[in-house]
Amino acid sequence: MSEDLIIRVRDLRKIYRVGEVEVHALRGVNLDVPRGEFLCVAGPSGSGKSTLFHILGGLLAPTSGTVIVDGHDLSKLTDSQRTALRRRMVGFVFQKFNLLPTLTAYDNIAIARHIAGRNQDNDPWFRQVVELLGIADRLHHKPSKLSGGEQQRVAIARAIINHPAILLADEPTGNLDSQNSAAVLKILRDLNERLGQTILLITHDPVVASYAHRVVHMLDGRIVDAES
Amino acid sequence: MVNKLVLENLKHRPVRTALSILAIGIEVTMMLTLVGLSRGMLADVARRARGVGADIVVRPPGTSLIGLSSAPMSEKMVDFLRRQPHVTHAVGSMTHPLSGVTTITGIRLDEFDQISGGFKYLEGGPIRNRDEIIVDRYYARQNNLHAGSTIQLLNRTWRVAGVVEEGKLARLVIPLDVLQELTANPGKISQVWVKVDDPANIPKVIASLKEQLKGYPIYSMEELTSLISVNNVPGLKAFITVIILLAIVVGFLVVFLSMYTAVLERTREIGILKALGASPLYVLNILFRETVLLALAGTVLGILFSYGTRWVIMRWAPASLTQMIVPDWWAIAGAIALGGALLGASYPGWRAARQDPIEALAYE
Ligand SMILES: Nc1ncnc2c1ncn2[C@@H]1O[C@H](COP(=O)(O)OP(=O)(O)OP(=O)(O)O)[C@@H](O)[C@H]1O
Ligand SMILES: [Mg+2]
Repeated sequence: MSEDLIIRVRDLRKIYRVGEVEVHALRGVNLDVPRGEFLCVAGPSGSGKSTLFHILGGLLAPTSGTVIVDGHDLSKLTDSQRTALRRRMVGFVFQKFNLLPTLTAYDNIAIARHIAGRNQDNDPWFRQVVELLGIADRLHHKPSKLSGGEQQRVAIARAIINHPAILLADEPTGNLDSQNSAAVLKILRDLNERLGQTILLITHDPVVASYAHRVVHMLDGRIVDAES
Repeated sequence: MVNKLVLENLKHRPVRTALSILAIGIEVTMMLTLVGLSRGMLADVARRARGVGADIVVRPPGTSLIGLSSAPMSEKMVDFLRRQPHVTHAVGSMTHPLSGVTTITGIRLDEFDQISGGFKYLEGGPIRNRDEIIVDRYYARQNNLHAGSTIQLLNRTWRVAGVVEEGKLARLVIPLDVLQELTANPGKISQVWVKVDDPANIPKVIASLKEQLKGYPIYSMEELTSLISVNNVPGLKAFITVIILLAIVVGFLVVFLSMYTAVLERTREIGILKALGASPLYVLNILFRETVLLALAGTVLGILFSYGTRWVIMRWAPASLTQMIVPDWWAIAGAIALGGALLGASYPGWRAARQDPIEALAYE
């Protein structure tokens, strides 16, 4: 290993079984991601982008192949080990912000910290994150009282509160107007530049892709142009 | 943190929360009222027996303790008992069932006054005519009677001579010979109440009576009142058990349904928690805490309700029913309700705990 790779994927395959039918969602994916990269994954619908993210994030077990994230071989983990991995190693940001509707913005962020078993109040990192994302004065509102852009910023705060090795964002701007999209993307780039946060982002949008260091394209369950 | 989520969840669906608490409250009240009624009514029987002022009771052979027996024993027994050493008084009484738990008692009032110190009249006074009756305060309240009112019993009309304080012998009292005549039981009685000269002599007298009256149930008053308990009423314990089981089933079903709908409704939220790395136990813990809160609130409500049922009973049916407040059962009823509720939450909880986060997040 010549560089410091935070993700190393070799011949990754995923087959969904739906009754009698087998869906080959990933057909031998190879991917190396150096620590600190801001990588964009593009590709047509159904090409396996979300499936790849779910495996990288420990939400899904691979059918075969090697997946190493920050030194941990995910293909060998049990369900509960993958659950533990999600707590600290990965941050997810989704297209539909996926905040808990009954909790305030503050508690939505705090619960991720609580699930990870780190429950200190007056956490300087917490304040730093909140300020970085510009949501300090929105913390005591529930998601229904926040705009889409604000909700997505809260979701990003929640995703990075546990210092994840990788941040996985699946079409994070898909539900936002161009202005809010730009704000969210700028924040992601800031996180990447200022904190060295490794980010993987799925998008169909070339404008969004332009924020990344590198773009890889997926087609039919493979990465078709993995140049470095 | 989890508590906050639990509270917000409960607040988020106030009607469902309120109905669940109400249902558990009713479950708890059912238990407390039933146990309270059983104990209360037995305590009332015991209290009235003690109120006679006797030391020993002699009952006819083969009668059960709290049976609504009529009059299978000859009045001659009273004279026999009076002749025994140390016995100062012996009074025969006859108990005749009317309807439900209501009975009417016949007794020689002059003899009864001697042994018991007499009734305390709240209204009116003693019986002077053969068509007069004495009722106690509770019977009067339940049937809206006063001294001078008339009442229809045993196919004839009675005039209320007096309303007396409750707690002595019976709720409805008429002269013994009148009751014997009306029920075609001349010269017969249901039990004899015996008083001895010195409490120290009670065991001696009982031993001697048992020797002479083989087969007759003979009890000291202490023994009698201690025997009047839930365990000694045939079928009562089984009845209580059945009703409590029913109450548990109701509580179980309500919580099951409530938590089941909550889990379905929160599919997405549970998915989010799991995507954040929440373990199955973490998710289960949230639901179980919610359930515990519902059960606790329901138990408190049920305890309050049991005061309500007692008030209603004292107001409208004090003669037929007596309910005690049973604090020793609060924790038991609460634990039973909690157990049923946790059981009801366990299947929904299991479903929630094993929910697949990806599917849940795709769920609309
Ligand atoms: N749970 C599942 N069960 C069965 N098939 C699935 C499942 N999830 C995804 N698939 C299939 O796997 C393939 C890849 O899906 P995936 O969601 O990874 O694509 P995608 O690139 O994210 O598409 P999109 O751009 O529409 O989000 C598709 O053919 C999809 O239908
Ligand atoms: Mg997708």
